[in-house]
Amino acid sequence: MNKKRIGVYVCHCGTNIAGVVDVENVAKWALEELGEEGVVVSKDNKFMCSSVGQELIQTDIEEQGLNRVVVAACSPHLHEKTFRTASERAGLNPYLCEMASIREQVSWVHTDKAIATQKAKAMVAGAVRRVAQHEPLEPIHVPINEATLVVGGGIAGIQAALEIANAGHPVYLVEREPSIGGHMAQFDKTFPTLDCAACILTPRMSEVGMHPKIDLMTWSEVENVDGYVGNFNVRIRKKSRFINLADCNGCGICEQKCPVKIVDKNFEAGIGYRKAIYRPFDQAIPNYPVLDQPNCTYFIKGTCKACEKFCPTGAINFEKEDELVNVEVGNIILATGYDLYDTKKIPQYGFGRLPNVFSSLEFERMCNAAGPTSGEIVLRDGVTKPKSVGIVHCAGSRDLNHNNYCSSICCMQSLKFAHLVHERTGATIYNFYIDMRTPGKDYDEFYQRVLEEKTFFIRGKVSEISDAARNEEEEGKLVVQVEDTLLGEQRRIPLDMVILSAALVPKADSGDVAKQFGISCSSNGWFSEKHPKLDPISTMTEGIFIAGCATGPKDIPASVSQGSAAAARVISYIETGVLALEPIRATVSEENCSGCRICNDLCPYNAIVFHDETMVSEINHALCQGCGTCVAACPAGAISGTGFSNEQILAQVKGLLMLDFAEPELEKVP
Amino acid sequence: MSENGKPKFAMYWAASCGGCEIAVLNIHEKILDFDANFEVAFWPVAMDAKYKDVEALEDGEILLTLFNGGIRNDENEHIAKLLRQKSQIMVAFGSCANEGCIPGLANLSPIESLFETVYNTVSTENEEGIRPQSSYEMPEGTIHIPEMYPVLRTLDQVIDVDYYMPGCPPESHQVAAVVDLVISVVKGEAVLPPKGTVIGAGNSTVCDECERTRNVKKIKKFVRIQDIERFDPEICLLEQGLICNGPATLSGCMAKCPTSGAPCVGCYGPGPRVLDYGARMVAALASVIDSRDPVEIEAILDGIVDPAGTFYKFNLAHSLLKTGKASWNGN
Repeated sequence: MNKKRIGVYVCHCGTNIAGVVDVENVAKWALEELGEEGVVVSKDNKFMCSSVGQELIQTDIEEQGLNRVVVAACSPHLHEKTFRTASERAGLNPYLCEMASIREQVSWVHTDKAIATQKAKAMVAGAVRRVAQHEPLEPIHVPINEATLVVGGGIAGIQAALEIANAGHPVYLVEREPSIGGHMAQFDKTFPTLDCAACILTPRMSEVGMHPKIDLMTWSEVENVDGYVGNFNVRIRKKSRFINLADCNGCGICEQKCPVKIVDKNFEAGIGYRKAIYRPFDQAIPNYPVLDQPNCTYFIKGTCKACEKFCPTGAINFEKEDELVNVEVGNIILATGYDLYDTKKIPQYGFGRLPNVFSSLEFERMCNAAGPTSGEIVLRDGVTKPKSVGIVHCAGSRDLNHNNYCSSICCMQSLKFAHLVHERTGATIYNFYIDMRTPGKDYDEFYQRVLEEKTFFIRGKVSEISDAARNEEEEGKLVVQVEDTLLGEQRRIPLDMVILSAALVPKADSGDVAKQFGISCSSNGWFSEKHPKLDPISTMTEGIFIAGCATGPKDIPASVSQGSAAAARVISYIETGVLALEPIRATVSEENCSGCRICNDLCPYNAIVFHDETMVSEINHALCQGCGTCVAACPAGAISGTGFSNEQILAQVKGLLMLDFAEPELEKVP
Repeated sequence: MSENGKPKFAMYWAASCGGCEIAVLNIHEKILDFDANFEVAFWPVAMDAKYKDVEALEDGEILLTLFNGGIRNDENEHIAKLLRQKSQIMVAFGSCANEGCIPGLANLSPIESLFETVYNTVSTENEEGIRPQSSYEMPEGTIHIPEMYPVLRTLDQVIDVDYYMPGCPPESHQVAAVVDLVISVVKGEAVLPPKGTVIGAGNSTVCDECERTRNVKKIKKFVRIQDIERFDPEICLLEQGLICNGPATLSGCMAKCPTSGAPCVGCYGPGPRVLDYGARMVAALASVIDSRDPVEIEAILDGIVDPAGTFYKFNLAHSLLKTGKASWNGN
């Protein structure tokens, strides 16, 4: 290799970096102190990512003959590609450009300017010493499998699946419940337009069910995921419905004849019933029933088989077992949705103890014309119409004891409830809110409308809901104790019925799902985006996308938009056909491998094979993702990772530790 | 070159046990070839000699010095530097000179604590609390003993070393092979390998020479050899839960220990591409623990008694760590 000629570029990032780090000093220092290490150019610039900044690098490569570039700026997650591409435009191999993160790792996390500047120098020294050890690399090209896996058949997943399938590409849609539709299928009306949820959802559902490009797998769960972007192998468990699907025509006779009646805690939120062989609702897609094995009399006592006797097509099959299906896909969209917060965890609100305190989902089912009360709003006794109703916002949201975030949809949902109660019962309505949040299109107009319907709005957090009457007026009522912060006084409001607008929380197993697909979760448990603003539907794992409430609470339009956005990204990958991957791969030195087999079972991508004849292990570069697990594990050090050699890492460490430099003289900043 | 025309040879014993000296004698009749080709200039364990005899030699007059032992006191350092000056070829011979070996494990403790252990145990009669001192006033005058350093250093941390010959001690067949090589070089029949080469060892790790059957590793429990009644004579010891350092250890010993049922303790030091031996073994073993339950993992790890003594038994002084913090601060 020729003599190293390294250019160092230190970015101000406006005041993001320059506000804390003395960038001019860092640039000057790099030229003076790192000259012996090959630094021949060192400059600072207001915004290195601007076209001016990029041209600076290109010009210096061309005119100064730079053969290495270090950009000290933000995290490589943001602009590594920018600067590598700029280097490449000037004819330098992109992998000879290295970034030092002096924003995320320095200016944003320190306040002492002198120390921060010193640390920035250390980061630059590390990057300079590392880049000196870099070799030119070429990207690896992999084909993209045209098929896509969508996990979760709620509205976000449905939208994503339809977008991709309509573009002509195959989709596997996996849903763990017996039918697609998700939470939206449980609702009666949607805010703010009061469309009937079923009327707008079911056409989409049947489109999915009939789409020639969509392979719908309901009552199914993903068991295992292998591979990498473009080439995932997914094993799906199709749980047994105890039905021969080829014979079932969805007539529903089995459901009518089944003698077992069970409280439906799932779809009916515990206020309705279903049979032991059932479809969750009439418009379920697919139309096949599911036999609920733990509750089926035949499976418990060994007799009954009513469903089998009456089935006109002989489709019932008590012997049917789970089926495992392997599919190969290029991309995966996770739209696994949310759970509702269990309002029993807020004991002072009395849910589960005071009969006429309802959860928001119970109320949705009650309002639904296809629900247990056929849309009648009644008390827990099933007959009495309430004369006064309270709706509590933020039940479990914006509360450090429960969930510290805003669940985003509850204000609008509570307004919708108020409207429905008004329309169907004429009852007096109180909404208890902390802040009213109606930022969507036509949302605040809906709030105005509900205000005009003479709903009372009390700004304050409900402290208790009880049935302990203090006077005659409160006798037999639920009493809501609340501080009315607009009046500045405590109030006790006797009501017939209270609805709790429960918080949205991540699915109970979201952590396990994230681990299975190799993505991460926020501290609250929602799936983490690649970038919260600029890339909200991607994850840090290439080829895995996220959409809908799995990434955080959101309303239906936002979920649908995310489903479409994720689909657009997937389609663009499919259309490209080939993906250029980072050439970061692990390689076994055959000479040094003793065949100890420590590495053999570690690879998350199954890229390691062991050759019995030669007693050495080998890594398949098409499968290897360069994660480095085997490199770290190899006791003989016989596996090396491209771009992460011992020499490169140790050179960087030596730079970071500022070895061989004079002791820093820190100026104390007052 | 001596008067009889034979090149001069030296061997020295610094901070070490003496096993390396025995290993050289253990080459049996080959020692006669050695004698026929070399004049012993300085070999305290084999024949009488004084430091002033060495000091009197011309620089570079000794052709070959085998230096065993680490540098623990000022006498070790003085002789190492003296022999370097007088020798053409300096070989770090055996684990102590190469990597510090077991004396190097004392780097985990400051001197005071070492003295406390040695001179104040229950079984030691030392009522006056006497400790070694580097100088002492006697009626006849001041007497001196070597000054002990806060840490043990390996030979190449003190002087320039030409070749490295590992092992605790180096296997006799490897010593014999090196002797043969040097004799052929002297006769002009062979050339020396490049400076810095590890000689008398293989190019892989112990597993390469081990004949036990190896499968994919999954470890549910670590055991010590005395904890199990019977282990499988054919299967890899590591797979049976015995901590065998073979996977990270330089080959060349013909895997004598694991083949005969004793796990490799790592005396040949790090394999050719191993930077930090202990870190490699820890990372390797952690990777194959067969559990995802933190509590169970903790319990499995508790089966590793004395991690420093297990994974850095031979090479602490030459590892990235080098010493414990307390002894380093005393340095």
